[in-house]
Amino acid sequence: MTVIEARGLRKAFGKTIALDGVDLRVEEGRILGLIGPNGAGKTTALDAVLGLIPYEGNLKVLGRDPWKERDLLMRDVCFIADVAVLPRWIKVSEAVDYVAGVHPRFDRAKAEVFLAKTTIRHTSKVRELSKGMVAQLHLALVMAIDARLLVLDEPTLGLDILYRKQFYDSLLNDYFDRTRTIVVTTHQVEEVQHVLTDLMFINRGRIVLNCSMEEFETRYAEVTVRPEQLAAARALKPIHERQALGRSVLLFDRVDRQKLAALGEVRTPGIADLFVAVMGNNPGNPAGQAQGAAQ
Amino acid sequence: MNTPSNAVPESFTDAKVTPPVTRATRPFYSSVKRELWEYRSIYLAPLAIAGVILLGNLFVLGAVPRALRNASLDPALQREALARPYHFAAALIMGVAFIVSIFYSLDALYGERRDRSILFWKSLPVSDLTTVLAKATIPLLVLPVVAFAITVVTQSIMLLLSSLVVLASGLSVTTLWTQIAVYRSSMMLLYHLVTVHMLWYAPIYAWLLLISAWARRAPFLWAVLPPLAIGIFERIVFHSSHFAALMHYRIGGGREAVDSMQGNSPLDPHMHLTPGAFLATPGLWIGLICAALFLIAAARLRRHRGPI
Repeated sequence: MTVIEARGLRKAFGKTIALDGVDLRVEEGRILGLIGPNGAGKTTALDAVLGLIPYEGNLKVLGRDPWKERDLLMRDVCFIADVAVLPRWIKVSEAVDYVAGVHPRFDRAKAEVFLAKTTIRHTSKVRELSKGMVAQLHLALVMAIDARLLVLDEPTLGLDILYRKQFYDSLLNDYFDRTRTIVVTTHQVEEVQHVLTDLMFINRGRIVLNCSMEEFETRYAEVTVRPEQLAAARALKPIHERQALGRSVLLFDRVDRQKLAALGEVRTPGIADLFVAVMGNNPGNPAGQAQGAAQ
Repeated sequence: MNTPSNAVPESFTDAKVTPPVTRATRPFYSSVKRELWEYRSIYLAPLAIAGVILLGNLFVLGAVPRALRNASLDPALQREALARPYHFAAALIMGVAFIVSIFYSLDALYGERRDRSILFWKSLPVSDLTTVLAKATIPLLVLPVVAFAITVVTQSIMLLLSSLVVLASGLSVTTLWTQIAVYRSSMMLLYHLVTVHMLWYAPIYAWLLLISAWARRAPFLWAVLPPLAIGIFERIVFHSSHFAALMHYRIGGGREAVDSMQGNSPLDPHMHLTPGAFLATPGLWIGLICAALFLIAAARLRRHRGPI
């Protein structure tokens, strides 16, 4: 079942075009990472999916029009938009009570179990919690909701590495079960690499790369080329070249691994390296426009 | 998944936790409760002023037996002397509740955008209209009820203390109790709260809520300055003051329609109430229609507005 389907999604704020004809399809049970530089249109895309802003073009989330049927949609969709949106005055116990009061799919016992694993006290107010604890509380509330789509916009921004790791571990171990779908945006791309099933790069309101992680691993290869073979390697048209510890590291798209092995040490690139390669290239570059199937 | 064996206990526990509230009204009920958590001044401010009144009252208790002993006093004057602190207490508590209503309404839809918590509230399945109506319930219903309850309790404590002082000085409490007429003045207070604070002022609260949903900054100025500007503009250009009169008519509380004795305390037990005339006032219904339109507009605005 398709959870998100967008065709020709457009959104302009005055003269600024935030989304410029985005086509997108997310199937059930996927964890999609939406990666892009600041101002690329990530948050706008998520806002449209969540029915927070009107848009042009076709968009269906769980078969509904998010702008027109937002109130119904929110029973099946959860989101953490940015960190620190929990009101600072609310007590932990009040936050649990409120969500239990308004959400028909909230399982209070589950939330209590998640909270029991943390050091958060029920009598504390959000303003007394550390940033990491606020994120834990928000995640505990969200994970106790039996939603079909979870949208996370920079959920770990400003958290230290321990909290960040714990955040994604809980998400994978206690929440994700192959029938739910997660869409996440983040700048900490290295940390989500093992979490994602799908990857999407967005830049200037357009999708510049869209592939599954399996495809990502077979398609892209990074080679630390031995100096004497640099010319031969460059002949294979790498999409990016960088220097690391005095060696040239070349990134290839759809080049036979056997051939590459002869040039030096081959490995799967990090998302960050591919991101730099794709964003650094001219948008007209074939690699930049490469479109893989999402599924 | 929904086998009867697990569906039954689920609905059973639900019914046990919140018996009077059905599924459909639960988000509304929870949203009103949420407002009370956030704006504790809704009950703390009237309670605080009630405490001050009771404390101050302790110092003037001695005057009560004197007023009762003074037989030469005209009964009407005697009543006035005895009842004045009670009217004063009611007026103060209502006044504080009204001030809280104004500041609450101006902040209700503005504060959540300023502290970005609107993104959290919007992540839950509560419609914008439900949220706006829950917020409107505070000045329209909760604060008048709170003001009424606190006033009645405060006046009862005052009467109890006065009665003790009167008994201690060897007088009968009968005169005191007939002159104060707590029950009747409570009913007058209730009438005043329902007619003026709930119904007549409804468009004022709704206007403030609308501005708080719309303003990007300084909602107080946006709520007050445009009507003032219109009034001044009319004065300069047309040398008339219809708009100012309209504002005065609304803020003045529509007393001419509510009861027969303008200028007196609305709690005077001998006042003649005119609910029929009040209900027949076009100003009441025009005001309520404006209030409904403002609230719908506020809900629509909230739909489009993100954090600021």
